[in-house]
Amino acid sequence: MERVVMKGCEAIAEAAIRAGCRFFAGYPITPQNEVPEYFSRKMPKVGGVYLQGESETASAAMLYGAGCTGIRAMTSSSSCGISLMSEAIAWMAGANLPVVICNVMRGGPGIGSIQPSQQDYFQATKASGNGGFRMLVLAPSTLQEAVDMVYSAFDLAMKYKNPVLVLADGFTGAMMEPVVLPPAKSEEFLAAERKENEAWACTGRKGAAQRHHLGCGVVPGMATRMPLEEKNKLDFAKYESWKTTEVDYEDYQTEDAELIITAYGVAGRISRSAVDLLRADGYKVGLIRPRKIHPFPEIAFEKLDYSKLRGILSCEMSIPPQYYYDVDAVVRRRTPIATCLRSGGEIISRNAIIEEAKKLYGAK
Amino acid sequence: MENAILIGGIGGQGVVMFGKILTFTAAEVDDKYVTFFPSYGVEKRGGVSNCYVTISDNPIGAPMADDSNVVVVLNDLAMPKFEKTLVPGGVLFLDSTVCALRPTRTDITVVEVPATEIAREIGSAKVANLCMIGAFIGFTEALPPEKVLETAFSKLGAKHPEMNALNEKAFYRGMEIGKAAKK
Repeated sequence: MERVVMKGCEAIAEAAIRAGCRFFAGYPITPQNEVPEYFSRKMPKVGGVYLQGESETASAAMLYGAGCTGIRAMTSSSSCGISLMSEAIAWMAGANLPVVICNVMRGGPGIGSIQPSQQDYFQATKASGNGGFRMLVLAPSTLQEAVDMVYSAFDLAMKYKNPVLVLADGFTGAMMEPVVLPPAKSEEFLAAERKENEAWACTGRKGAAQRHHLGCGVVPGMATRMPLEEKNKLDFAKYESWKTTEVDYEDYQTEDAELIITAYGVAGRISRSAVDLLRADGYKVGLIRPRKIHPFPEIAFEKLDYSKLRGILSCEMSIPPQYYYDVDAVVRRRTPIATCLRSGGEIISRNAIIEEAKKLYGAK
Repeated sequence: MENAILIGGIGGQGVVMFGKILTFTAAEVDDKYVTFFPSYGVEKRGGVSNCYVTISDNPIGAPMADDSNVVVVLNDLAMPKFEKTLVPGGVLFLDSTVCALRPTRTDITVVEVPATEIAREIGSAKVANLCMIGAFIGFTEALPPEKVLETAFSKLGAKHPEMNALNEKAFYRGMEIGKAAKK
């Protein structure tokens, strides 16, 4: 296992290549420029394809094409760039394609700012395009998690034949931290997977019947079109199945906690250290930090003993809050929920989290 | 023990390189956690540039801490804002050749390093950065000096091997100043 110091965006790209990603198309946008830059240098060395499209729209459409061929393929962008890609993302979700998308979030809405934020929670978890499709959404809080999540994202995409979104933020993308890199998937493994995918992929038909990946009832691997409603039902069943197979969260010091701090991504790591400082000060505080924000880890909140709780503090780098509403929906007023928020490129402050937590906690 | 270090100056002074040398070195030391977060404008030179380095014995939660234990000021622009982030008893290093401003707080230790002057004496103003790093290491003993120099040689010496000797000289001159300030 190699331990190296890497920049977040570079670690994301390296992890993708090690996971077997052999196609990347993208378009420059801060703060994720080092992702395509890294791919541009490394892809030729592993026999992969790097393409800079003429726009985000084109790059995402290129990914759609690559995804149809059954290889491991990816794009990345940031916030407003992801908005531009959302048409193709919906098409890829409709066509059940195993692609990976990375969003290194910046300020919003619209052009927002180039600085870090968590302003795309709704876009990522609810509606990244038309048609009500869902994606698995992985939210790393450290560089090690970013590496591990990107690495697993390709397996998940293949397993479920569904786009997987890695939702990072500009802070995680720009910071440096030592990471342990996973071993590269072997060429034999990738070749076997491509062979298996020939059952549904577009690989050149030489006069045989054409294959379509359109999502309008034409499902990979199926010879005939099915009614769209049937296809929608299949997708729905898949999304529902994730609630039992893909829930992933960190439960930290919650057992005797009288106050829960909850956050994801970069706000999650900062909140975790706030819990340590509050504990050292005699406050019984715990943390719930989703590693996947879709499916949302409802169980983490359902299993809390509300008779013991003084409240929940929901922290995120988004104003108005977004993650908060998913917490609110599962807590259903069983305990007060307060928020600690930043936006506009400002990084959430540990001191502010501690202060809000103490306010909500009341007397020790 | 969590050591939050804030380095500030203007683009071209080596602020980011200062942080990276500490970060790469800390990553080589067993049982140390380290994070690095840069923050700079769009200018290649002359814009405000700063970076946050945190070195800790435990996993790091806040790579951009609200409070700093150590602040390194390479330019007056960084002084007023960064001085405020220091914890009481914290240490502020400044390049006394370049900075006209001095901190106003009395509850901190100030280490004045005529880094640019020393660097010019040695033969190149470019090595002022290593002189500041030397002072930082001499005072804080945060990392083994030989390891820091090794990192500097591999990061800076790859492009400019002729600078290694000058950088080494500057580093040890700075270290003397750092050590002396501790007494």
